[in-house]
Amino acid sequence: MASSNQVANDLVMDVRGLTKRFPVGGPRDKREVHAVQDATFSIPRQEIVTLVGESGSGKSTTARLIARLIEPTEGEILYNGVDILKNEKNASLSYRSDVQMVFQDPFGSLNPAHTVEYILERPLKIHKKTRGRKETRDRIYELLDTVGLGPAAEVAAKFPYELSGGQRQRVAFARALSVEPKVMLADEPVSMLDVSIRAGVLNLMKRLADEQGLSFLYITHDIASARYIADKTNVMYAGRMVESAESTELVEKPAHPYTKLLLSAVPNPHAGLRTREVHTRGEIPSLIDPPPGCPFAPRCPHVMPVCREVMPPPVTISPGHWVRCHLYDGEPLDSVGT
Amino acid sequence: MGSAIQTINASGQTDLGQMQPTSEPDAPLRKAKRASGFIGLLRQNRKASVGAVIIVFFLILAIFGPYIVPYDATKIVGRRHEAPSMDHWFGTDGSGKDVFSQTVVGARLSIATGLIVGGIVTIVGIIIGMSAGYFRGKVDDILSTLTNVMLIIPGLPLLIVLAAFLPAGFWSIVFVLSVTGWAYGARVLRSQTMALREKDFVASAVVAGESKPRIILREVLPNMMSIVVAGLFGAVNYAIGAQAGLEFLGLGNPSNISWGTNLYWAQNNGALLLGAWWTLIPSGLCIALVAFGFSMINYAIDEVTNPRLRSQRQTASILKGQPGRIRSSRATPVIRDESEKRG
Amino acid sequence: MTIANQQNVATPVAREDLLRIEHLKVEYLAGRGSVRAVDDVTFSVGKGEVIGLAGESGSGKSTIAQAILRILQPPAIITGGHVYFEGKDVLAMSDRQLRDFRWEGVSMVFQSAMNSLSPVATIGMQIVDGIQAHRKVSDSEARRMAAELLEIVGIEGNRIDSYPHQLSGGMRQRAVIAIALALQPPLMIMDEPTTALDVVVQREILAKITELKEQFGFSILFITHDMSLLVEISDRIAIMYAGEIIEMAPSRELFEHPLHPYTQGLMESFPALTGPRRKLEGIPGSPPDLISPPSGCRFHPRCPKRFGPCDSVRTKLVEVRPGHLVACHLYAEEFASAIQRDAPRSEVADGQ
Repeated sequence: MASSNQVANDLVMDVRGLTKRFPVGGPRDKREVHAVQDATFSIPRQEIVTLVGESGSGKSTTARLIARLIEPTEGEILYNGVDILKNEKNASLSYRSDVQMVFQDPFGSLNPAHTVEYILERPLKIHKKTRGRKETRDRIYELLDTVGLGPAAEVAAKFPYELSGGQRQRVAFARALSVEPKVMLADEPVSMLDVSIRAGVLNLMKRLADEQGLSFLYITHDIASARYIADKTNVMYAGRMVESAESTELVEKPAHPYTKLLLSAVPNPHAGLRTREVHTRGEIPSLIDPPPGCPFAPRCPHVMPVCREVMPPPVTISPGHWVRCHLYDGEPLDSVGT
Repeated sequence: MGSAIQTINASGQTDLGQMQPTSEPDAPLRKAKRASGFIGLLRQNRKASVGAVIIVFFLILAIFGPYIVPYDATKIVGRRHEAPSMDHWFGTDGSGKDVFSQTVVGARLSIATGLIVGGIVTIVGIIIGMSAGYFRGKVDDILSTLTNVMLIIPGLPLLIVLAAFLPAGFWSIVFVLSVTGWAYGARVLRSQTMALREKDFVASAVVAGESKPRIILREVLPNMMSIVVAGLFGAVNYAIGAQAGLEFLGLGNPSNISWGTNLYWAQNNGALLLGAWWTLIPSGLCIALVAFGFSMINYAIDEVTNPRLRSQRQTASILKGQPGRIRSSRATPVIRDESEKRG
Repeated sequence: MTIANQQNVATPVAREDLLRIEHLKVEYLAGRGSVRAVDDVTFSVGKGEVIGLAGESGSGKSTIAQAILRILQPPAIITGGHVYFEGKDVLAMSDRQLRDFRWEGVSMVFQSAMNSLSPVATIGMQIVDGIQAHRKVSDSEARRMAAELLEIVGIEGNRIDSYPHQLSGGMRQRAVIAIALALQPPLMIMDEPTTALDVVVQREILAKITELKEQFGFSILFITHDMSLLVEISDRIAIMYAGEIIEMAPSRELFEHPLHPYTQGLMESFPALTGPRRKLEGIPGSPPDLISPPSGCRFHPRCPKRFGPCDSVRTKLVEVRPGHLVACHLYAEEFASAIQRDAPRSEVADGQ
């Protein structure tokens, strides 16, 4: 599924320098929350790309920016090579039909006042995908089938509270699929589901990517699930993208100290140790008017004076693998990377 | 199940994190049946039944009453201030008109005022409150300021001032009550809208491409219905009472017949001094009963939509019949099923 | 009075087991029947032991925790069984005795610290309140104990006057642990204490909990849905499904030899961080309706290995390997021959 050489027009989404700052406090308060700073990554056609990060990393905000639920402070979002931010002030209907989103909370993302049928009907009607009751209903049943919910007629008549968490997420996917999108943004779609249900939903995502040729942006804090379904993984910390690589390479050869910390913290019964060394203390820094330099500096075991002053630029350390860390400044560039 | 434990009759809910009533296990899966879950619960609720009976009674009275009254309420048909008797069930008023007929006929204007004002106030509250809550920013600033101004101005003096300037009559009162009554509901709806707006299903609707008005009316509003309905009933109560108050003060049109004008005339003709209680009590009691009826329905809606209140009633039923020690304790009750072995 | 090395009162009957749960049953009464949230559960916690209780939504694990402390509210009621703590029958305790039992005998750490911490009191005040509710100590003494506790759990002493919203998620959870630790109970129940936390913070908190356990010697009943955590920190693990314990074993043993198909399915549900990317199976279907659970084995509609007796005969916990109990007909002697017959695999429920 993965191909390491991407030609420019093979990128369905190309995000450059995306930045979002929120004002905090009242109108006289000049402070700002730097939720996302200078995020740059791309989603190749028909691939699954992940944003991995913990709370405060900015990953959900990034997804909402791409979904155009909020507008960025700076940066470009190129969809099929066209900067949609410049092109359309508000998201156009055609953008909405191409870029869809599934949310984290299965209990909040479906309107409790509507049946499944109504929920799936609306996008079809808005984007005029079907004509007439029968065609609409057939399409709804088809969608329910695609996401593995059945019998379709029964499920369509239900209200969200009658479905389990896993079933609701599948309905959410069905809704997103109804407009035949090209890009799916999935914001922690399985975090709130039971463990045994997650596999099914993750497999569904993989299947949709394969069968329907969808590109996915999968947002999660669980790096293991990222490796499971994603081709490429991007790591975010405190609003910054700090590392990006092909998923298995990231897990096997992490470069950034934060990535290493993240990997060491994942519970791994295979490791056989009771408790592992915790290498750092401290927490994610405040995002309000952050100091210059690398945000991980306060916690980094390898911190150097330059780290507190200058944010490291992205450096490619192997094909398709870049990292923003002063430890790698001046590393010889191996070959042509992304 | 045949055990010592009573299961509760009213539809409850499994306390596993769900907030809505459960459906019957093998009910046909039709939309109508599900929507009736809420109504069904209401029907089983005693408070709702009592309230509904009262309201329906008065509605019928208001619509059909004037056709079946024994006397023409505007004509003098007896001596003045006759006590209640077989001829005049509620006696006669200070001019000799039949009080019973007046009371029945008065229902129409009073209830009509209540319903019309209640409706207007609710609709205005929805428009202003939800717009402020959904759009935020400048729109919210302007609308909220407007709302707050209306809230701060003392209601009764404003009512009186406005009523004094307008030609006395039914529509003036409706106007005055509507203008002064919408702000409270608008505020409540605004904060509820602001809360619901952050939910993911609203974001989903935006991402799906829904238009803003449709999101407000079809996505957010249905989730606020219990508050809207409660506000509606509260507004109706307010209107009936305020109308009676205005008319009692003489600001209505005295030649109309409503509960308020009945009270006005009773007062004017010295009912209390003369001991003619029958001219005051019927209309006053009617106002009180209607208010009581709507309040009961409001309580019932509260209970049905707030699971915690419902489970409190269930709790009381479970603990009935247990020794006092268990009933008064707040620890989990241990009620062993001795009769049969489960499994 | 210092915190360190202060063990609890002598028990009336010296027993190995600190906590013994026998045939516990808890039901929630609902309109169309009662939900059997906990159905005939038996297990015990020894001194200094860490018992992991794993299960998904609706398994009953949180209900057990709250039933032990008797803090469940109606419509939940305990309908059978016994809970013995240090030999005393908890279900027969008066309110007075319960008050002593709670926090001095058993304390609890809940999932979301924001649910346990009052937003309008500083954490120092909350610890002091907890201490003074059970012990007669002066304000200054209690405050000193609180500061000591905060240091023990890894919060700087000067945060004693911080409000919960001024602390990060990890620190709040540490504060909750401090409160639970205040009276040095011999048993702490932790219900998903790290689920709401980031994985790095989670790692730190778990390390701290283990450290404290080594230092003070308390037992832990650790409840979570995250199996991989349990294998790392618990001595024994019990897996719950639909209100019953379906497997129980020492943690290593369970991890290496999961016997029950549900346990096996759970193990299959965790994507591995290392090694080849094999397809995750998960478990098809949904958790069962607890008001009318499936007949026979509760797991049978979703079980890939079900055969003859599974839909009619109830399962019992039986010791199949040393120290390893499982409730599954695959391991029941009376059905050994039926298994040999190689019953065809039936379809499992569709749609999760």
